[in-house]
Amino acid sequence: MIEFKNVTKKYANDITATDNISVKIKTGEFVYVVGPSGAGKSTFIKMMYREEVPTSGEIKVNKYELENIKSREVPYLRRELGIVFQDFKLLPRLTIFENIAYALQVIEKTPEEVTERVNRVLELVNLVDKKNNFPTELSGGEQQRIAIARAIANQPSILIADEPTGNLDPETAEEIMDILERINQGGTTVVMATHNSYIVNEYKHRVIEINSGRIIRDEEGGVYSNEKANV
Amino acid sequence: MKKGEYTAMKKLTFKRHLAESLKSLKRNGWMSVAAISAVTVTLLLVGVLLSILLNVNKIAHDVENDVQVRVIIDRGTNEKQIKQIKQKLTKIDGVKKIEFSSRSEELKNIIGVYGNDFRLFRGDSNPLYDVYVVDTKSPSQTITVANKAKKIKNVYDARYGGIAAKKLFKVVGTVQRWGAIISILLLFVAVFLISNTIRITILSRKDEIGIMRLVGATNNYIRWPFVLEGAWTGLFGAIIPIVLVDVGYNWAYAVLSKSLESTSYRLLVPGQFLWQIDLLLAVIGIVIGALGAGVSMSKFLKI
Repeated sequence: MIEFKNVTKKYANDITATDNISVKIKTGEFVYVVGPSGAGKSTFIKMMYREEVPTSGEIKVNKYELENIKSREVPYLRRELGIVFQDFKLLPRLTIFENIAYALQVIEKTPEEVTERVNRVLELVNLVDKKNNFPTELSGGEQQRIAIARAIANQPSILIADEPTGNLDPETAEEIMDILERINQGGTTVVMATHNSYIVNEYKHRVIEINSGRIIRDEEGGVYSNEKANV
Repeated sequence: MKKGEYTAMKKLTFKRHLAESLKSLKRNGWMSVAAISAVTVTLLLVGVLLSILLNVNKIAHDVENDVQVRVIIDRGTNEKQIKQIKQKLTKIDGVKKIEFSSRSEELKNIIGVYGNDFRLFRGDSNPLYDVYVVDTKSPSQTITVANKAKKIKNVYDARYGGIAAKKLFKVVGTVQRWGAIISILLLFVAVFLISNTIRITILSRKDEIGIMRLVGATNNYIRWPFVLEGAWTGLFGAIIPIVLVDVGYNWAYAVLSKSLESTSYRLLVPGQFLWQIDLLLAVIGIVIGALGAGVSMSKFLKI
């Protein structure tokens, strides 16, 4: 569960990234966050995992009230979330297996559990045979699948994806969407910021549109844009 | 979690960190080589300077010993007579301190300076004499004190270092002072150089640290492998300086000892002093490496 109440974020240069946003995302939902570049989508997403701190307002993610959270509790908040980025953010020095294992080792899983879970998520993203490769040896689509595998390895209740298909060709983007759909069907909440109108229009879910830091549309089963169909 | 389970978990985590730090050192390739080289150069300087300084200290001590009057007691002198000698010495003008050194203590000192070969003379075969070591109030009084001491009954001889020793002592004192200042400066340079090189390797991995934080790693969990990697860098960087200082010192000792044979000054015996230098270099490397990494990390760990 994610809840924003009157959340405003102003940066030091007086730019308002989000302006009095209130929204609630229930457990198990699949939500797109859309809007033009610079609209405040990324700030909105980053505040969920406390990479950004709001200037005012309240944010609740599961049991954590982010306005009161202590620095040392932040890692524990993040362990309840899986985060996927446009640029994959894999650890370049670690193999695929080790990249996913890292997320499990930090929560002090035993080596047996780590191996078992890594293999399971690698099967889910269909990349078991690449586990000994390094990230740079994989294609963009494969890297993103690994990033998703890492994000879900510790069975988070919420998966946050910031432009997960941004660097991928349409076919690979669809593969990624299929994986995210499957994860959502397993009961995980998915919040996905995207510019990909095809995906939003094809895989129908709740759409939250942000512009100039405000929510201008919140529509169940909505399309990418009511104004025009972007490609 | 039970206490036993918690300990087992911490052990497992530490093992992971240890393995991770070594793996990372290997995968960092040239960055690690650069950091280790910086440590090597710095510690080599520290090692060489320290060896010189400690020997200067040793010689300073020898010189200081030289300006004492050593009152050598005849063999076969009984305890009562030995005490009488002390009473007479006390009465001599200019005597500041009198210390008794038995022949076995004298031998111990010699073994300390010249090495274990002299152990042969322990026990009855000890050829040395019991000695009163007399400090005078000023170096100029050594001659008169020695002359007066010679006249005391049961005194075999009384010896003193010449006035030249005084001049030498002055020079040694200056060298010591400057050596200490340079050592401290060099230690600062070592801290700066080593921690800076490690900082650069960490800077290049800023993104990596960011990703670790995003997957929910605690600051301590992120920090440990880096700190251990810094410690390894320091330790590996200390290996070449240790080898070079050991080889170099043994060589220098062999050459210089010959020229010092005719004097009463002796260099520190390699066997007894080199392991201390080696240990010190390793410890400096490890501590500065680990601290440098730890401190450089902290600014990336602020949430």
